[in-house]
This record gives sequence, C-alpha cells and structure tokens, in this order.
Amino acid sequence: MHLNEQTITQLAPLLQARKLSSVELTRSVLERIRALEPRVRAYLSVMETQALHMAEEADRRFKRGENVTPLTGIPVALKDNLCTQGWPTTCASKILQNFVPPYDATVVARLKDAGAVFVGKTNLDEFAMGSSTENSAFQVTANPWDLERVPGGSSGGSAAAVAADECIAALGSDTGGSIRQPAGFCGVVGLKPTYGRVSRYGLVAFASSLDQIGPFGKTVADCALVMNCIAGRDPADSTSASVAVPDYASALRADVKGLRIGVPKEYFVEGLSREVETAVRGAVARLAELGAEAVEISLPHTPYAVATYYLCAPAEASSNLARYDGVHYGYRAADQDNIIDMYTRTRHDGFGTEVKRRIMLGTYALSAGYYDAYYLKALKVRTLIKRDFEQAFELCDVIATPTSPTPAFRAGEKTGDPIQMYLSDIFTISANLAGIPAISLPCGFAQNGGHPLPIGLQLIAPVFREDTLFRVAHTYEQATDFHKKKPTL
Amino acid sequence: MELEPVIGFEVHSELKTKTKVFCGCKNAFGDPPNTNVCPVCLGMPGVLPVLNRRAFELALRTAIALHCEISERTTFDRKNYYYPDLPKNYQISQQYAVLGRRGYLEIEINGQTRRVGINNVHLEEDAGKNVHPETAGARYSLVDLNRAGVPLLEIVSEPDIRSRDEAEAYMHGLRSLLQYCDASDCKMQEGSLRYELNISMRRPGDPLPDYRVEVKNLASMKSVLRALDYEIRRQTRLLEEGRKPARETALWDDAAGETRTMRSKEGAQDYRYFPEPDLVEVHIDRAWMERARAELPELQHQRCKRFVEQLGLPEYDARILTQSRPLADYFEAAVRLHNNPKAISNWIMTELLRVLGEEVEPDDLKVRPSHLARLVGMIDSGAISGKIAKQVFPDMLETGRMPDEIVREKGLVQISDTSALESVVAEVIAENPDVAEDYRAGKDKALGRLVGQAMKKTRGQANPQLLNELLRKTLRGE
Repeated sequence: MHLNEQTITQLAPLLQARKLSSVELTRSVLERIRALEPRVRAYLSVMETQALHMAEEADRRFKRGENVTPLTGIPVALKDNLCTQGWPTTCASKILQNFVPPYDATVVARLKDAGAVFVGKTNLDEFAMGSSTENSAFQVTANPWDLERVPGGSSGGSAAAVAADECIAALGSDTGGSIRQPAGFCGVVGLKPTYGRVSRYGLVAFASSLDQIGPFGKTVADCALVMNCIAGRDPADSTSASVAVPDYASALRADVKGLRIGVPKEYFVEGLSREVETAVRGAVARLAELGAEAVEISLPHTPYAVATYYLCAPAEASSNLARYDGVHYGYRAADQDNIIDMYTRTRHDGFGTEVKRRIMLGTYALSAGYYDAYYLKALKVRTLIKRDFEQAFELCDVIATPTSPTPAFRAGEKTGDPIQMYLSDIFTISANLAGIPAISLPCGFAQNGGHPLPIGLQLIAPVFREDTLFRVAHTYEQATDFHKKKPTL
Repeated sequence: MELEPVIGFEVHSELKTKTKVFCGCKNAFGDPPNTNVCPVCLGMPGVLPVLNRRAFELALRTAIALHCEISERTTFDRKNYYYPDLPKNYQISQQYAVLGRRGYLEIEINGQTRRVGINNVHLEEDAGKNVHPETAGARYSLVDLNRAGVPLLEIVSEPDIRSRDEAEAYMHGLRSLLQYCDASDCKMQEGSLRYELNISMRRPGDPLPDYRVEVKNLASMKSVLRALDYEIRRQTRLLEEGRKPARETALWDDAAGETRTMRSKEGAQDYRYFPEPDLVEVHIDRAWMERARAELPELQHQRCKRFVEQLGLPEYDARILTQSRPLADYFEAAVRLHNNPKAISNWIMTELLRVLGEEVEPDDLKVRPSHLARLVGMIDSGAISGKIAKQVFPDMLETGRMPDEIVREKGLVQISDTSALESVVAEVIAENPDVAEDYRAGKDKALGRLVGQAMKKTRGQANPQLLNELLRKTLRGE
C-alpha cells in the first residue's frame, strides 16, 4: 500500500518511531496530487513548498521528541473557506479570489500547533452554498468513484481529496450537510460536530447559527484523532461551548451492546433510492447483530426541515455576505460612477448565481412585513425540530438514517433545478437545525456499470455525544469492509 | 392657535473603555487613521465578535441610574445597512431584548422636578468615519476605522419634552448622569456624545401628532437648541397655514441655520434586524444585578446632599457645583487640599464658571484644584488679600502658575507688618483731617474712605483687617 493511501492510525506510529519521515509521506501525497489533479480537481491551491517546510519541521519534532501528537507530520487538506494566514482563502468565489487573510482560523492554528502538514486548500461550492461543488467559481471537482459524477458539496474538494488519497485527512464545514453528504458520495467518513464543539473563528461564515467545522477521514478513528485536536472552547468564538472535551480515541470501542439505534420512519419515504434504503437498513441490521437494539422512532417535523433551513440559512447569509462590497478587501469592479454603482457592480460580478439567489431569499425573509411570517416562523419550527430529537433521544442513544436519498448524481444533472439540488440535503439538514452531531460513513455501494458508487450511513447523537457516534461508527466499520474499498483511478 | 412642541431625543454616547466593544483594539480618539484596528473591527471574513464585559457593565450601570427595567436576558441583533464606514455592512446593536426599558431622567424646570421617560437604553458598536478629500473633483473618499467598534450607548427618550428649556435641561441632565456613572467623557467636540432630535407640534392636550421630524447632524448643544428653534418656527408656520409638516429625517445645516430633508418616510430604511448569531445572550442574574447596584457611583443628587450636609455649603452652591461631575470633582479636590469649602465654592462660582462651558471642561483648565486651594489658603492665612487674589487669578488662569510664584514675582505680598502700616496710617490721617474728624464725630462710614486711601498708597497690598484696626486705634488715640 502506498504511503498516501494509509490512515493516521497507521502512519502516526511509523512517524513517531522514525521508520518514516513526514517529508517522505508528504512527497507521496504531493505526487498523488500532481498525478490526479488534472482529473479530480479537488484542490484550488496546492501548498507544495509550504507543505515540505511543514514536513521538515514535523521531522525535527520527531527527532527532538518534542510536541509530538498523532497529527504531527500528517498531510492534511483544508477547505478553502478556512482562513490561512498568508495563503489565499477564496471560498471558491471571484469576490475573494485574491484575498489573503492576515490570520489563521482557530482550527488551522490548532492543527499547526499539533504539527500537521498543510498540503492545500480544497474546492467547494462558492461560500459553501451548494450540494455538488458545481457552484465553485473556479472549477468542478470530480467524484473519484466516477469522474462523470459530482463529489457532493459543499465540501466536495475535501471529500474527493480524501477519497482519492490526495491527502490523509481533511477539514470541511457543514451548514446543512456539507461534510456528511460529500463524505457519503465519496465513500469516506465525515463528522459534523455539535454546534459549539469546534471554534468557528476564521471559518468564513455562511450561516453562523448552523456552520460547524469537522473532519474527513478514511476511517472513523482518523476523524476521532482530528477531533481531539480541533474540538474545545475558544475565547475568540462566543458560541463555542465550555464543555469538557473527552478523549475521542478512547471512545473507539468495538462494542454496541445495549445501545438503542433509532430508525426514524419519516426518513424512509418516497424519493429514497432503493439501493440506499437497502444498504442503510442492512447497516441497522448489522448493528443489531452486533448487540445493538433497533427501535422505530418518529421525527414528526422532518417534512419542514428543508423549508426551515432555506429561510434560516439564507437570512443569515444575506447579512454575513454583506461585507463583500469592494470597499475594504477582495474584488472591486473597475470604473464605478459612485458608491452605489461600485457596490452593485462589485457584487454583480463577484458573486455566482446560487449565492445571489440565497442573498435575495434571505433579504426577502428578513424584510419588514415578512420577518414574522418567514424568519420568525422558521425559528419556531427550528425549535420544534430540535424538540423532535430531544424526544427521540429518550427512546434511543443514536439515530441511523441514510446520509442522502441517492448516491452521487451526474455533473450538471441538478444545476438547472435548485429545488432538486436542495432536496439532496433532506436528511442532513435537521442535525444542523437542532445543533446536534452527526457522522456519515460508508455502508454499501450502488451498482453503476463498472463504477460502483458509495452509499453513506448517517448516525446522529444528542448534543456533545460525538463519543457515542464514534463508538457506534467504529464498531460498524470494524465489522464491515466498505471503508477499505478504493476507487479505481 | 396655541401650539406646543413634542420633543424626544436619541442620544449616542461613546463608553469610556480601554478597548473596543467586540475586539481588543484600543478605544482612543485622535490617533492616526486606521491604527487601532484588527481583523475583527475591520470586518474581515470569518472573524467573530467577543463582548467587552467592561463596556457591558458601564451600559448596565447607566441603565440602572436611569431607573430602567433591566432585561434578565439581553441579546444582540444585527442592523443591516450599507455604508463604507461600516465594514461588515451591519451594525451589532440591540433591538428585540434590549438592556434597559421604561426608565426616566428627572430634570428641574423653574424649581420643579419633571420626569422625562426613557424608552430604552441599549449597547451597540460605533461606525468608522468617511473622510472626503477637500480637493474639488476628487474621485475617491477615504475611510478611517479607528472608531469602528467603539462601544456606543444609545439612550432613547420618550417624546416627553415640551419646551426648549426642558430640552436643554434634559441634555444637561443626561450628560451629567453619564459623567457621574463614569460611563462617558461626553466630549461633543470628539463625538463621544451625539444628540439626535425628533420634534413635532400639537395643541396642548391633543394626542401625539402622526408625524415627526428627526433631526441629525447636531454637533453641539447650541446646534440642538438652534435646530429646535428653527423647527418650532417652521412647523408652526406650516400648521398655521393649514398644512401638515412631512414625516422626514432632516440634517441640520449649522452654517445656514436651517434643516434640510435627508429622506422622506417613503425612503425610510428597512434595517432587517435579526438576532446576532455570533453572540450569546447575556444573563444578568440576581447576584450580578445586586453587585451592579452596589457599585453604582454617587450620583448628582447624592453628592449635592453631601455637599450641603458634610461641607456646609448652601444648597444653591451645592447644586451648581454638582451639575457636572468634573466640576464637582474639581471642587472636592481643592477642598481636600484646603478645607474652606465656602471660599473655594465662591471662587469657582464667580471666577471659574465664567470660563467653563461646552468647549472648556474643568480638566482643560490650567488652574488646577491645587492652585485654587493654595490661593484660598493664602487669603486665609493673611498672606494676601482677596483683592490681590483677584489680581493674581487671571495670570493663574492663563499660565497655570502657582499663586505664590506670581505674588512673589509681582511683589504683591500683603503688608501685614504693623510698623510698615503705621506710617501709612499717620500719613492718611494727616492728609484727610476732615474725614478723620467725621469719624471721631461718630460717622463710622468715614473709616472706609480712609482705608481706601491707605490701600491706594500701598497699591492694595495692605492687610485690610490690620489696616482697619490700626486706623481705628490711631483715630481714637489709643
């Protein structure tokens, strides 16, 4: 097995025993990037020189035996909406094409402190708005399992990079499923933590009350190791929680005996592909064989989740994206007549269609005369959705659902129909609205000619119970081989 | 038709904190442009606000001093509008669960106390400043964001004010309260206190008019009062002609002495307020509330009472001295150095109040409390007369020198030496035999004329008490 194909769990002991250098490992990843990027296009920028410098620094740490963590020397990719000091952070938008932040996001700083090696910034839907990464202003990323298909989104670049072994692990952000849905489409593991578990400082905001940064990994254990590094209170983020972070690695017990797995009936409805349903039900059955108990539950407000999300998220986005006006930084349209003209033309040229659509949706929902009927109503439904989960978790410890209704769809298939695109997040949105953690992991493959397509299993837990997710996901992963399968590239 | 004005105020006051309200940048006036800035107050992508606890506590203290009901759980909201001096294009403010509501400020009008209702008190961030080049035809403007993110307290009154005098008393009263709370410098010239006015006219007893004119761009209390006079005249004239003034927002043009329409009701902005998701609610529990009440500084009426009871000042003096906290502080500082409250009060009221005003604060004076205490001390010890003190004072005011130094330099030390004065007394009696005779005949007033003559001869340096005594003794032949 090539170095770049391995996991943190496999690599960390080799690095620490100095049987392998981070420079060697990083080189293997950079070579893979060079070989595959023309076809996969997962990265918006590759930090080749910087990555090798960071790898050398990691090797010095190993040599001195100082500040060594499981992530030291591990090549990691960052979604390009995470601010990196001195390195462009574009959000896949023309409006930030030349923006170089003078600060690191908290998660970036934490990874640096841990000695991780940054290999590049990954593609995304512009400002994380989308479900296929086709809304990037710069390039379309291919699904490594079938290059004609999308990797999912918005963190499609990070998911594809992990799936194609163009990095060992990656960070993404998840506002309505942007980690889990691409993880499902690309056959990797992706976690959206509890709202407030990971600092949002330096994550370019899409919808502040829903955004959360999380890891992509080739295994559940790798995600747990990344979480050990990035989780925890940050004084720079008032919404980050002062809740102690457990050692997630110790949650990785292959044991689900006595755990109750809730299966919400509202998630197995029309529009769900038969292959996905079979795979997910099969996963629940497998967990039951392993000692868990499957219980049917109800999340009655599920049908309102998408509508609620498309009021809350655009409303916040319309305000969060107001700062991109050409005045202080980023793109500014040339030859303006006056300030209004400058704003208008800058934003007209700088933003893509989907971003503009959501800014308009959100502006409308917050306008005088509509606020109560739309935004306020949506907040109330959000509370009801949250309550659904609270009640469900009285009957079960973790909820199992499909990550998305279908496996990866074809590029261009849904770009003309925003509603169809929005519905691909139908199963992931509720966890963001409720602020609870959820993970996606491979649970099967759909037939697709010579290119089988991964199917994602989503597990959802109560607030701050990432440990439960890791435990159940790890147990399932240990009992199955889906995560070991690699795309043929 | 008899009309009365219906007036309300929106007052913005910058809070006196070391750092800005949502980041660690320095809160300072007058530094070079864009030096007190960071990614947070520059509104860069991905940054987040963190509430400055000190700013919040100053806001809370002021809301308590204004007798507001305090929200147990207060939250922040975003006010969305585009302007180059507002880097995020939204201002973090409070709209739905503001810090304080339903308070009041007591003002005194013709010896009577009146309450002006406070609709609400809330905390927000200030914007930066757009700088427009003075060169004609310049195709750019500059933005200075030093002020962006400075904590701002907004105090919104009810439309309870009914006259120009009440408006003036309200402005003075609020300014004084902010100073007593140690919440703000209240320097209008530096923009740390800004007034916005709303005004309409009605027949007394009528319900509130269904229009109102909001006036902005008021740089001083004087401008506020001029704008008020102008609007009262303008609106009265319109109403007398049977026309209703338009509901609008207007800008005061101080040079032209008139208001100009900025936007009409149709152009009213929709700020699309919604809860600020980047901040959490602030929960003011009972313990915090009790602590805040206990830490409330001595306010004007309390200090006034103390000046009367402890320092023995007449109520009139106490009230004037406590009108502004810097003045009361000045007075107390002087009294601490020389314990003659009434004399120090007299000096402040007669000599200092003449030079103090909106533009000149006690802190700006070159005469420090220690100087004044020394001057009064010299009078009390007989080193100089009151008259000499008055001669010395303008010099102190101008140069900030100690009175001793000026007295010495000008040779103004009082003659308290009996032998030196005896010859002057003898001279004066010899030169004015008629006046001396009048005194001896029982006309006590005549003595004053002799004292005057003697003072003239000593250029006012004679110790008046000693002089009196010597003259009396000599004339009686003692």
